[in-house]
Amino acid sequence: MNPENILNILRERFPRSVVEMEEMPDNYIPLLPDNWFEIATLLQENPDLQFDSLQCVTGIDLAEDLLEVRYNLHSMVHLHKIEIRISVPKDKPKIPSVEKIWRVGDWFERETYDMYGIVFDGHRDHRRILLPDDWEGWPLRKDYETQETYHGIVVPKVKEEWE
Amino acid sequence: MGIVHGEEMVLNIGPQHPSTHGVLRLKVHTDGEVVSKIIPYIGYLHRCFEKHCENLSYEQIIPFTDRCDYIGSMNNNFGYVVAVEEMMDIQVSEKVEHIRVIMAELNRIASHLLALGTFGMDVGAFTPFLYMFRDRERILDLFEITCGARLLYNYMWVGGLSHDLPVGFVEKVYKFLDYFEPQLKEYNDLLMYNKIFIERTADVGVLPPEVAVNYGVTGPNLRASGIKWDLRKNESYSIYDSFSFEVPVGKGQMGTIGDCWDRYWVRAEEMKESIGIVRQALKTLPVEGDVHEAMPKKIRPPKGSIYKRTESPRGDLGFYIISDGSPSPTRVKLRSPAFTALGALSAIAEGWMISDVIAILGSLDIVLGEIDR
Repeated sequence: MNPENILNILRERFPRSVVEMEEMPDNYIPLLPDNWFEIATLLQENPDLQFDSLQCVTGIDLAEDLLEVRYNLHSMVHLHKIEIRISVPKDKPKIPSVEKIWRVGDWFERETYDMYGIVFDGHRDHRRILLPDDWEGWPLRKDYETQETYHGIVVPKVKEEWE
Repeated sequence: MGIVHGEEMVLNIGPQHPSTHGVLRLKVHTDGEVVSKIIPYIGYLHRCFEKHCENLSYEQIIPFTDRCDYIGSMNNNFGYVVAVEEMMDIQVSEKVEHIRVIMAELNRIASHLLALGTFGMDVGAFTPFLYMFRDRERILDLFEITCGARLLYNYMWVGGLSHDLPVGFVEKVYKFLDYFEPQLKEYNDLLMYNKIFIERTADVGVLPPEVAVNYGVTGPNLRASGIKWDLRKNESYSIYDSFSFEVPVGKGQMGTIGDCWDRYWVRAEEMKESIGIVRQALKTLPVEGDVHEAMPKKIRPPKGSIYKRTESPRGDLGFYIISDGSPSPTRVKLRSPAFTALGALSAIAEGWMISDVIAILGSLDIVLGEIDR
């Protein structure tokens, strides 16, 4: 099944969730965060879609007060794939968690939260994963500034030039 | 199991524990000897790979990919350059493709040797570990005469390779393969069909196929659960489609499909297949040709993004690269196969004894450098 058919299925069931663009992209589907959990359930359970494996979850800082999460899905049954993109504003970054649908999403979402501060609503174990729990800030955001001290240890600032 | 009920005890395994294959901390809730809950804590080796990538040019990232999975560096280089080349629409010559496949498969053998050796050591077999390390060393010597490095190669570049093959390389590889092939049988007799090893691993830590897919477990671990899925065959990249090889899947010969023994067996079989691929590639390797031919002067992929996955020794190694047309990427995300395999640990290992948890962890073949990045 190609991305266009998948898009049509989603449009039929969740007409308000698909972000309509002037020219719809052919390799991904932009969605609004609101019904993401229900859409994900549909993507996994619909017999024509059966996206049983979540390949990758990538967070991006789009700089203009927007954060984006990209989900790469793949079906081991039908051998088709799709990319889902969900944008959220930086001041209220909240996306429904799909960790209950694809268990692999558990750590992927924790990592995205760790690096971008995007909150995954409904995640059952929502905490940092790679960084210490008391780390301040979200390192992969473009406006990230290193904290000055960590437990009394001075954190060296990034050097301007290579030495 | 679970007949004797006592108080729950929390046991801390790691961060410095010989059987954790790196710096990994497991918080284990136990009831007597039986594990009721496992919480892995990772991040001790976090080196900000993805943050670094945003400030480096595309060619500067290649040495960083080496350091992610330091056991299978060639395969990491491979995954990254294949992704960038697809973005830039670069076709590399037959010779380069052949050399890349030879290196990737040799590295796969080296990686599996380490995986199986340390797995054996985890369950108490020390001797096979030394034998396997001895032979892994021979492969590292081959890499050393090619690019000077033994572990972190920086060998595959976008559009080519850093060096051509040295004089006499092909003969040396043939010599190694002729020596190594009979050794496999010895290892199997020594460890895989050893009664004690079978007792420790058969029927232990069974990972059912649907759970494996849901938890994103890939590579040999997925195949051991009975799913015939190999990106070299199913989503063929480079020139893998021109070689004939089998994809071994777990059959549950000693117990249940998807147990620890099957995970060992799949890796042992894969080494045989890799030997076959290397032999085929050596036979058709073009002699003439420049390995720098297709290398672009400036690496500036067009605006856009790509998600490309390749088969590393540990499973699906994915690179998500976003380019804005400038010399350095906007975002590089590495989807690590060991990361997802460790994520599935609690699903596999809960309900087993502490000693089984160590066996299960060994059978998953994780590399912490890749998990923490």
